[in-house]
Amino acid sequence: MRYYTYFPGCSASEGGAKAYNWSAKAVSRVLDVDLAELEDWNCCGSTPSGSVDELGAYCMATRNLALAEKRGLEMVTPCSACYVIFNRTNTYLNGYPPFKAKVNEALAAGNLAYRGTVKVRHLLDILTTDIGYDAIKSRVKKPLAGLKVAPYYGCQVVRPRFGFDDPEYPQSLDKLVLSLGAEPTNFPLKARCCGGSLVLSEEDVALDLIHRLLQSASSNGAECLITVCPLCQTNLDIYQSRVNKKFKTSYRLPVLFFTQLMGIAFGLEEDAIGLRNCIVPIEEVLAKYV
Amino acid sequence: MQLKTRSETFIEEICDIPGGEGIKRCIQCGTCTASCPNADKMDHTPAELIAMARAGMRREVLSSNAMWYCLSCYLCTVRCPRGIKQTGLMHAFESLAMRDGVSYAGSFTPTMYRSFNHFACALGSMPEFGFMTWFYMLSNPLRAWKMIPIALELFRHGRLSIKARRLTPEGTKQLRAILEKAETLGGVT
Repeated sequence: MRYYTYFPGCSASEGGAKAYNWSAKAVSRVLDVDLAELEDWNCCGSTPSGSVDELGAYCMATRNLALAEKRGLEMVTPCSACYVIFNRTNTYLNGYPPFKAKVNEALAAGNLAYRGTVKVRHLLDILTTDIGYDAIKSRVKKPLAGLKVAPYYGCQVVRPRFGFDDPEYPQSLDKLVLSLGAEPTNFPLKARCCGGSLVLSEEDVALDLIHRLLQSASSNGAECLITVCPLCQTNLDIYQSRVNKKFKTSYRLPVLFFTQLMGIAFGLEEDAIGLRNCIVPIEEVLAKYV
Repeated sequence: MQLKTRSETFIEEICDIPGGEGIKRCIQCGTCTASCPNADKMDHTPAELIAMARAGMRREVLSSNAMWYCLSCYLCTVRCPRGIKQTGLMHAFESLAMRDGVSYAGSFTPTMYRSFNHFACALGSMPEFGFMTWFYMLSNPLRAWKMIPIALELFRHGRLSIKARRLTPEGTKQLRAILEKAETLGGVT
């Protein structure tokens, strides 16, 4: 058994990406990974808070890191935005001592202090690096032979360079698809942006980017996409019908969290991995292979 | 008293921000602009914005629309041959523009970010339904109407929670105390 502190993030815990949380926990159990949720955590602030009030946003993120430091374990999050925020915070706190002193001055008002020792990792990193492809392969009960999966990384799991994979041509998710018995498609735009939160304020800008991704995946024969980020999944899945309307296309590509695809291959119950939460249904595609 | 020139003060302000000091290394190669998925929407490209900041054009930089089209995809940051953290600079420009009250009015992105931050600070969590409703009401209530089909679809698939996740009363108090203290400390620099 491997032990981590778990930071689900807002979208996966109570928001639109609950299926990510469920499936992350379900496959972790199968792989003997213990994810103990950080108690009383708060929103990491994501990108928007840092753009409104930088210091406040760093303090929000650091409160979580200070709480996690008490447990002394590595912290793992399934959300790419949380992942970047925490790593950026660690980098700046440890690289700029006067800045760390200032953040700790604010934290002291809540009787907290942060030394800067919590390593924060993405769930994809934990499952592919610590657990490994062979261990994942050994748990597969329903090999997805023939299923063509476009592995979509998006941005913040690989950029900037906090990580475990190449910032422009990552491979970890491709190899994971292989270990599940499925076939990763060529996907030139696999690490390009989905539009992020600008889908709310500048919908046309985001729809254009989502369109390019769907086109890239579809033209390479993908039958579904997998993602590692709640926002990427939301944009590609929920806004797919709007892309179709705007660009007169007829994409019908299911978009799963990578942990849901793992759950399918591990033979887990549909409800345990939240397959019904997908807007574009996956059942039709799966019927051919499982 | 020796007066500082305009450019010295703005560039110093940026260099004091953690990660901001790289701006001095820019060679205007344009790699950031060429990498940016939204450069065509910006009134000044990312490279131009850096040149303007270095020329001390504080007001022009902070009232630009450029940073509000930044997607935080970090392509510019990983490609910069001089190791400049452009995405971080964009965030810094955004928060300075907000603080000075000069943020670009032609996009709803500043309002969206403010709405997000409001909930993140007040509740310590992000109630997606509340945040989006609040944002659409503040920006353009007519657009809220267009969002109804999406909201229904989310609801039908069990993905729309009305209820917000709450911290414990102690946690809420602690977060509030930290943020109130932070407000008195005058920003990151």
